[in-house]
Amino acid sequence: MSNITSQSLTSLVKNIKDKKLSSEEITKSFVDRSEKSKELNSYITEDFSNAIEKAKKFDQSPNLDLKLPGIPMAVKDLFCTKNLRTTAGSKILENFIPTYESTVTQNIWNEGAILLGKLNCDEFAMGSSNETSFYGNVQNPIDKDLVPGGSSGGSASAVSGQLTPITIGTDTGGSIRQPASFTGTVGLKPTYGSCSRYGIVAFASSLDQAGPMAQNVEDCALLQEVISTYDTKDSTSTEYKRNHYSKELNKDIKGKKIGIPKEYRVDGMPKEIEELWQKGIQYAKDCGAEIIDISLPHTSYALPTYYIVAPAEASSNLARYDGVKYGFRAKGENLIDMYEKTRSEGFGAEVQRRIMIGTYVLSSGYYDAYYLKAQKVRKLIKNDFDEAYKKVDAILTPSTPSSAFKIGEKKDDPVSMYLNDIFTVPVNLAGLPAMSIPAGHDANGYPLGLQIIGKAFDEQGILNISYAMEDKINFKNKITDWWIK
Amino acid sequence: MVKSNPEFLIERKDNIYEVVIGLEVHAQVTSNSKLFSSSSTKFGAEPNTQVSLVDAAFPGMLPVINEFCVKQAIKTGIGLRAEINKRSVFDRKNYFYADLPQGYQISQFKYPIVGEGTVVLDMPDGQKEVGIERLHLEQDAGKSIHDMDPQNTLVDLNRSGVALMEIVSKPDLRTPDEVSAYIKKLRSIMRYLGTCDGNMQEGSLRADVNVSVRLKDSKELGTRCEIKNVNSIKFMQMAINYEANRQVDLIEEGKSIDQETRLFDTKKNETRSMRSKEDAHDYRYFPDPDLLPLEVTDEFVEKLKADIPELPDDKKKRFIDEFKVSAYEATILVSDIETAKYFEEVVAKMGKNRDMKLAVNWITGELFAVLNNKNLEISQSPISAKNLAKLINLIKNGTISGKIAKTIFELMMDGDKDPQIIVEEKGLKQQSDPKALEALIDKIIDDNREKAIEYKNGKEKLFGFFVGQAMKVSGGKANPQLINEILKKKL
Repeated sequence: MSNITSQSLTSLVKNIKDKKLSSEEITKSFVDRSEKSKELNSYITEDFSNAIEKAKKFDQSPNLDLKLPGIPMAVKDLFCTKNLRTTAGSKILENFIPTYESTVTQNIWNEGAILLGKLNCDEFAMGSSNETSFYGNVQNPIDKDLVPGGSSGGSASAVSGQLTPITIGTDTGGSIRQPASFTGTVGLKPTYGSCSRYGIVAFASSLDQAGPMAQNVEDCALLQEVISTYDTKDSTSTEYKRNHYSKELNKDIKGKKIGIPKEYRVDGMPKEIEELWQKGIQYAKDCGAEIIDISLPHTSYALPTYYIVAPAEASSNLARYDGVKYGFRAKGENLIDMYEKTRSEGFGAEVQRRIMIGTYVLSSGYYDAYYLKAQKVRKLIKNDFDEAYKKVDAILTPSTPSSAFKIGEKKDDPVSMYLNDIFTVPVNLAGLPAMSIPAGHDANGYPLGLQIIGKAFDEQGILNISYAMEDKINFKNKITDWWIK
Repeated sequence: MVKSNPEFLIERKDNIYEVVIGLEVHAQVTSNSKLFSSSSTKFGAEPNTQVSLVDAAFPGMLPVINEFCVKQAIKTGIGLRAEINKRSVFDRKNYFYADLPQGYQISQFKYPIVGEGTVVLDMPDGQKEVGIERLHLEQDAGKSIHDMDPQNTLVDLNRSGVALMEIVSKPDLRTPDEVSAYIKKLRSIMRYLGTCDGNMQEGSLRADVNVSVRLKDSKELGTRCEIKNVNSIKFMQMAINYEANRQVDLIEEGKSIDQETRLFDTKKNETRSMRSKEDAHDYRYFPDPDLLPLEVTDEFVEKLKADIPELPDDKKKRFIDEFKVSAYEATILVSDIETAKYFEEVVAKMGKNRDMKLAVNWITGELFAVLNNKNLEISQSPISAKNLAKLINLIKNGTISGKIAKTIFELMMDGDKDPQIIVEEKGLKQQSDPKALEALIDKIIDDNREKAIEYKNGKEKLFGFFVGQAMKVSGGKANPQLINEILKKKL
């Protein structure tokens, strides 16, 4: 079994269950490749020797009834992991070691998976290129000096570069789908309320959602099945009957109605994105789906709405990082001075920018004009989708308005960076599930993704559409292992 | 001390001012665990021993509402005859402080759980209704300790996250006496309901006091100042008195009053400016995205209503109707639920031949005096209701005199002794046998011939001497009424 790391999760699970591979063999392979891949900077914290120990232990009495038996997995460093440092990509949590485990990661370990380490991400998940991380840029395995997207950049890089068979990210405005699109991988942002937020470092509570990132749709379905549980520790967790997503995966989408929203045809969208979209429509038709033109009239307000709601919540969520209880503390003359120095030194520029924006839009005198208005528009955006879903089962759009860009290219232009989220943020504002699947390449050979947006709690529906289309698209990632000397 | 001034008007040269007061009472919800976490709320534990990850605001921790606290707030709302809002929303009140781990307090801003209600005060000159504006649920902060370490401020988070009810009155109060009556009434209602223990020493009940003044008969409200966090009724009254006079002096000097937050210095008996309106925090309230709006059904509220015990106002009415006590007596008896319980038990144990007057007098007189002296609650009374009822019945049926009863009462306190047994053991039974008393009186008259003659010659004052002799000889046990009758006859 030479090429372990290029296998899909589903194949690894099968090999373990068939006793063709041991957890130790698999774990060591991913550890070896991760060790050789330091240049990607995908990890913030490695836990390799522990992982190998756990794999050996698993092999001693393997429970093969589990869904992820002895499978090694690295996770985004936004999930709190018991006894393993959790930084959220920030200096302010540089030395923070949780005494508790997030519900989502606990669900994963409960199914037999083994933690490899914590993956790089934008600081507090604020960014679209992984360049806001205190722990440095992440390389996209597709090409040197190409961003992997963000904020789950380390996760996308690690899956794409085969440092982990599968991973989880979080998606507040596109942080799973955009990096998946940039790295030629599959990412699912579940319906808000599907996965517990307990133990995930909060960015914007009403938008944050954890989700799987994988090499293919089937793996994605399996991980979604593991992580999505009702959790009384999260008041926004929803109790509903969850599917056995991987078992119920079905390529037959004949007669499914797929909507094409005209408002997503934005000004200045590159021709290759438009072409990709057309190809996507054709793939869907080839699968037997019916294509219906729809309108989501408030789409153009989604981005400004998002950049009011998300910073507003973030400004409050990040108030707890004050140097008093845990994390980084700067010396100060008095309490206020300590706060100012701790937060000025502990937070990076983008986080500070969003705290400022959020504080501003919630201030008295501005609240009605910004925050309240944004909440109203958010409702209209949701209504748009509700109307559309009276006619269609799912919606097909490009995942991003462009392919991956170069490291540093947009770093000093936050607005251009924010525009990257234009197709993904409406989904978070409406709380809907959406996937990005790789669907083609641009002129540089960089991957491009299509987004399939579903009805609330219809993860199965979009997984099935993605599964069917994946077959037709037959995408192959062009990865040369350029970083391995 | 504040002088008794039922109207509490402040007079200056040509003007008479009225004081307008509104209270924001913070009442700690009686609950074993906190508003959004399962940590204990027990008072007086070692610092930072009752702190969960949620209370300390660790990354990724989320609040989960404690249903019991919601029930307590609704019950209190029912007790305040207030509107219960089926839908309320928790908001974040954002500010930085070392003892506020989240960097925000979870409170209810726009949509409180309880709306408008009424509290009735029993004032000496009649009843007065005070409007309730709202009641909302919120978290308490931790405690900053500034005097334990010379270099640092220490923080105790035991209190962080404890559930509070903020009860906001309308500006309906006019005098320190009304403020006192209002606080006592609120406390009484919440104790009846078991929703707040009202213990001001432990900080379970504290208030922000809003004070403004205006010319008597004016309809417009003056500019108000808020006096923060006053934790006893006495201090509230002192603060109001100082603050109202300060405001009147400013007006009289032709100056204006700045709307501001002030602190009451209990040592100097004065209020001091804490921050002006301009420096007021911008709390940036917004709905807490970690919590869904709180929705309760009619059924949920009805079920709680069914559990509401008889409250002080209803109990008072019943005591007057059923037991024929005066309104004044009823007010005293119902002010504390334990007193009311005690009284009703005494009444029940007195049986058919009950004497309400005696019962009320013995409870509010002798018993209250003893409790006061020993600093005990009535629930800790050394004399049980059952035995007090027995004592009263012994007086009522003539077995003992009122005077002997007081002696017995003293003896009963030693281990809640049965008064009947004391009477028998000590032979304290009243002598009511006319023949025996006649013989006793004959002997006294015999022994005091000269005095008897003086009495017959018109020195009527000597009658008291003979009564005294009779009581002395009988060891206080002679029935005073019979003694009087026999003496009159014999002399």
